[in-house]
Amino acid sequence: MTAPGVEGAVRAGKAVGERRLHPVTPFRRAWAPVAVLTGWAVHDPNQAQEQLTRLTTTMVLGGLAVLVTAGALYGFLTWWFTYFSVTDSELRIRTGLFFRRTAHIRLERIQAVDVTQPLLARVAGVAKLRIDVVGTDKKDELAFLGQGEARALRAELLARAAGFAPETAREVGEAPARELMRVPPNKLAISILLTGATWGSLAAALVAPPFLWLTTHSVWTVLATAVPLLGAAATTSVGRFVGEYDWTVGESPDGLRIDHGLLDRTHETVPPGRVQTVRIVEPLLWRPMRWVRVELDVAGSANSVLVPVAPRAVAESVVARVLPGATVPGELLRPPGRARWCLPLWWRGYGLAVTDAVFAARHGLLRRRLALVPHAKVQSVRLTQGPWGRLWRLADVHVDTGADKTVTARLRGAEEAASLLREQAERSRTGRRAARPDRWMA
Amino acid sequence: METGSAAGAETTGTEPLWTGLPPGLLRMRRLLLVVWLGLLALAVGVLLGLFAGPVWAAFALLPLALLAWGWVLVGRNWRSWRYAERADDLLITRGVLWREETVVPYGRMQLVEVTSGPVERYFGLASVQLHTAAAATDATIPGLDPAEAERLRDRLTELGEARSAGL
Repeated sequence: MTAPGVEGAVRAGKAVGERRLHPVTPFRRAWAPVAVLTGWAVHDPNQAQEQLTRLTTTMVLGGLAVLVTAGALYGFLTWWFTYFSVTDSELRIRTGLFFRRTAHIRLERIQAVDVTQPLLARVAGVAKLRIDVVGTDKKDELAFLGQGEARALRAELLARAAGFAPETAREVGEAPARELMRVPPNKLAISILLTGATWGSLAAALVAPPFLWLTTHSVWTVLATAVPLLGAAATTSVGRFVGEYDWTVGESPDGLRIDHGLLDRTHETVPPGRVQTVRIVEPLLWRPMRWVRVELDVAGSANSVLVPVAPRAVAESVVARVLPGATVPGELLRPPGRARWCLPLWWRGYGLAVTDAVFAARHGLLRRRLALVPHAKVQSVRLTQGPWGRLWRLADVHVDTGADKTVTARLRGAEEAASLLREQAERSRTGRRAARPDRWMA
Repeated sequence: METGSAAGAETTGTEPLWTGLPPGLLRMRRLLLVVWLGLLALAVGVLLGLFAGPVWAAFALLPLALLAWGWVLVGRNWRSWRYAERADDLLITRGVLWREETVVPYGRMQLVEVTSGPVERYFGLASVQLHTAAAATDATIPGLDPAEAERLRDRLTELGEARSAGL
């Protein structure tokens, strides 16, 4: 991607319509040296104080000015040397002051497009645009673009990826979205309160520091444990609420739209046919309400939540939209009774169902997780059997998907597993034939 | 294509045509086993015999027992490896105690790799490894004839192109 030979060719093609990022971009780097200094001061407070007393006010101010200017200059230069352009089939990003880097991202391989707006970016009216392709890293995001520009670019990229002609792609505009579901804040709050992790981290944060104080009587030890624990407790409760606030799932010809966030807004788009796995998670305490959480895996994308909390029926209707032609199987086949000798008690949590469209496997006794893999997304199928499993004529069937996740149907009867292996290979072969093309509008 | 292995190639009705591994791998593994454990036995026997007395040198029998056990184990493991090229997918089975059977459809292959280390090269062996988009896919066929490995690689690549599909 960074071959120097490519550089000339890219420069020659500069007429394609290269653009720069939004002019506020340099400012996000200006504060970096200050942050580093603050981090050092917090990390080592005694020494920081010692150093500070030796400096005069003018020296401190002068030093800060130099640092901020250097940061701003660096930010300005990286901004100045970063260009991006959209060609017929690629998004090209050219960046780097000393080490040049050129990334060409093929549009028909887009797995997801995210427009995110951190709080400060919302104030400044700018947004980040990230394109997930298998193998992209954090450097391949466009930060920052004007709010309107980001939306227009997203629409254009998706239109081109969908297979619209380059001339019309710009005019197609934003595909209309239809809202599938929205999570009300009170339900989200209740669901977080009913999660074990929330209470677990809170209890740890309240119990551990007093205990340490009683045993060590050292303020620093207590602070060093209390601060991270409180931070963890805050992220699992308040952080989750803020991040998943106003969760909206919509459907559009461009694919699935997921918008969420109270302070930082995120707008994700997953084009059709990109979902590799869908998981329906059912925590123990949510079961009386019949609420579930739905997670999804897309190759090369870090996003994993589809619905943070919803009644089962609503969640199943969303899943049916995400995996066309698939229904969530209601009845699952348990492992044979002799499985209790392999895994006492917990064997009851396992289950398997295979429909025309998906391979569904459930595990977990208290917190039930049901994973659905469309047959067309199966990369390979494996059967494993250990010595103890052989004794009880039981085997596990693993299904590997493109998002680097493996779904396992554990403790199946040996004959059943063997036929499952053969049939699954056959099903995924025929399932692929019916799968939609990468350019979904073509 | 015939490799003259113990398992050999057999066909029964709808069962796929299984191919075993050539005996080269078994020879290599057994030789390595004999060399390393033989050296260990010798070292243990000589050192204990010199410094602790001749009775203690009997401990040298331990690596030799291990050698005999390993000899059988390596043979059983080698016999358990089989692969079959079907019309649309490749089957690999292996393992004696921990059995594993893998099915990789040709259309899902991203990369086919032929590797051969220095020891393997000395014995005239090569391994074929298949990669799909899922890292968990563990499809390796070790100890093939280099010619067979290359034929397999070319055939798999050809079939993969014909049946290729996106993610």
